[in-house]
Amino acid sequence: MAQLKERPATSHSASLPHHDLSVSDSQMLELYSKMVLARGLDERLWALNRQGKVPLLASCQGLESASVGNAFAALQEGGCFFFSYYRELPLRLMLGLSPLDIMVAHYGKAADAFNAGRQFLFQGYSPKHPIIINSNVVGSSLCHATGYALGCKTLGEDTVVLVSFGDGGSSEGEAHEAMNFAGIHKLPIVFICYNNKLAISVPQRKQMAIDNLADRAPGYGFPGYSIDGMDILSVIKHTREAIQRARSKDGGPTLLEFKVERLKPHTSDDDDRKYRTPEELDLVRRRDPLPIFRSYLLEHGVITDEQDRLIQAQVKEKIDQATEAAEKEPWPDPSTLLNHVYSP
Amino acid sequence: MAAKSVIEAIREAMLEEMRADSRVMVLGEDVGKRGGVFLATQGFIEEFGEARVIDTPLAEASIAGISVGLAFKGLRPIAEIQFSDFWWPACNQIIGEASRAHYGSNGALSVPMVVRIPYGGGVLGGLYHSQSIEGYLYNTPGLKVITPATPYDAKGLLKASIRDNNPVIFLEHKKTYRAVRGEVPDGDYIIPIGVADVKRQGSDISLFSYGLTMHYSLEAAARLEKEGVSVEVVDLRTLRPLDKDTILASARKTGKVLIAHEANVIGGVGAEVAAIIAADAFEYLDAPIHRIGGPDAPGMAFAPTLESAYMLNPDKISAALRELAAY
Ligand SMILES: Cc1ncc(C[n+]2csc(CCOP(=O)(O)OP(=O)(O)O)c2C)c(N)n1
Repeated sequence: MAQLKERPATSHSASLPHHDLSVSDSQMLELYSKMVLARGLDERLWALNRQGKVPLLASCQGLESASVGNAFAALQEGGCFFFSYYRELPLRLMLGLSPLDIMVAHYGKAADAFNAGRQFLFQGYSPKHPIIINSNVVGSSLCHATGYALGCKTLGEDTVVLVSFGDGGSSEGEAHEAMNFAGIHKLPIVFICYNNKLAISVPQRKQMAIDNLADRAPGYGFPGYSIDGMDILSVIKHTREAIQRARSKDGGPTLLEFKVERLKPHTSDDDDRKYRTPEELDLVRRRDPLPIFRSYLLEHGVITDEQDRLIQAQVKEKIDQATEAAEKEPWPDPSTLLNHVYSP
Repeated sequence: MAAKSVIEAIREAMLEEMRADSRVMVLGEDVGKRGGVFLATQGFIEEFGEARVIDTPLAEASIAGISVGLAFKGLRPIAEIQFSDFWWPACNQIIGEASRAHYGSNGALSVPMVVRIPYGGGVLGGLYHSQSIEGYLYNTPGLKVITPATPYDAKGLLKASIRDNNPVIFLEHKKTYRAVRGEVPDGDYIIPIGVADVKRQGSDISLFSYGLTMHYSLEAAARLEKEGVSVEVVDLRTLRPLDKDTILASARKTGKVLIAHEANVIGGVGAEVAAIIAADAFEYLDAPIHRIGGPDAPGMAFAPTLESAYMLNPDKISAALRELAAY
């Protein structure tokens, strides 16, 4: 495989915006590569879905920079535990899942690290990464995350829990109950809403009477911030601060609302042309986080066109390999159907 | 041994388990200073502090859901739902989430939580303080469902539930709380989950029951004995998993079966017990399997006349036994 030549981080002045956040050029390149990989996998999965090989996918296209930036900050801070929702493919790559892991999860093969083919993509638990996605029922995981954070506090651990959900999920009673409880107990938790302004076909104005979900946070007794999810540096900054706040004495929860776009239909079973106008889709595409990030890198001399092409080529190669390998992976053995109904 | 009430036995079980294992904690509405509306956790907050005895907001979904999260973290929460009638908001977390986390994670996650729920009627509680909810729970794989009838069983089964690594729904019949007293050993003992108990030996009819109705069944059996009919009373005690072996052994022994429970007859636990017997003990039966219990109303009405028309009692059970004996 071709090797990416890295520019020395010192080749530019220290006053670049990411340097101000202590993010090096090579780290920026790494984040960009992960975004490109996430996008490439997502596109491949659409193709596999249309070929009838992958039954379902929930596209991550549009939230790559927010998810990657958020995960980057959490990994830098360390000691975080994740309860994330279905769209966060970029986070899973950041946590160390390989393209093959992503592929087998979408096929439902036995090698699925989360559930061995029992559930939809990535649902279940992967202790290694460490991340829990128990369920398809939106909103319910906020309660689990809150209980988990309470457990960490009770045991005297300094783990911080990050839980993500959509703007639609925020309407569930369980989301309110969880945030209310977390506020009362000042729990070490960060509530992260990826607000793409749609819940399947229902627009935000029918989901809530306010513009910014983050405005609800003070009602629970903690701060909330509404952040442009395409501004990865702002995402990193706010996630860092929220984690530090969660850990600090007298800290507690924070609600981060990342404003993102949904570039594709809700899932591979959906057709968004039924409820989005061509003009709207056109506007949305202009907010695609990938070109926005790429422009930043090019503009600040962190990457060249040639390096970009190299990254794209490497990603394609990785995805081809993963697709081929996933095809060969075995399906779960039917004799395992009744395993693990009860804990020993 | 001292005679104690059901609620005292339940309190003692939790107290001993909390003293023995610092991971055990309780949460629910009014469980702190008030000690729960039925006083099951009276004095706990003074002994264990606010970190292990949590007065929650009035929000059942989160009481159950936060317990799921605590259990994921390896703690052993005992959640109290104040009345069974208010567990509906928690259904998603119990049936939809707690029951399937172990399965859905291919065995990687365990959910060692207990949900204590006072249920049942006969207390003039009307539609919203009398519900029997076990029919909605016992058919959920991944859950264990317990319905103790006596103080002895309540303590031993609750201790077993707290130590179990699965979500356990512990249904306590409100009317038994103070009305039923019995011998309860001081200190530690366990009653295994999934084992029914023959509360009275008999040879002519098997009477299967649980909860408050089990006591009415014993009374009816005593009356029938005076009339020359020997009734065996089997307390199911655990509805999930059901103790098939004990059920079948008793049905084979007597050849006549009555199942009595307060919950609606239709779709109730009795239907499952009847099906088990019909499938595996058919050749031993001398009469059709008979069920009595709640009529087909959405709940228990408030007025005393309506409530007693709904409820089972020793008279109704005795009448059904006589009919079966004469078959
Ligand atoms: C409780 C519940 N109701 C309905 C659904 C079906 N459903 C799945 S995703 C979804 C939309 C969620 O929108 P949002 O939370 O905004 O996330 P997004 O998909 O937009 O990222 C719906 C309605 C569900 N999964 N859970």
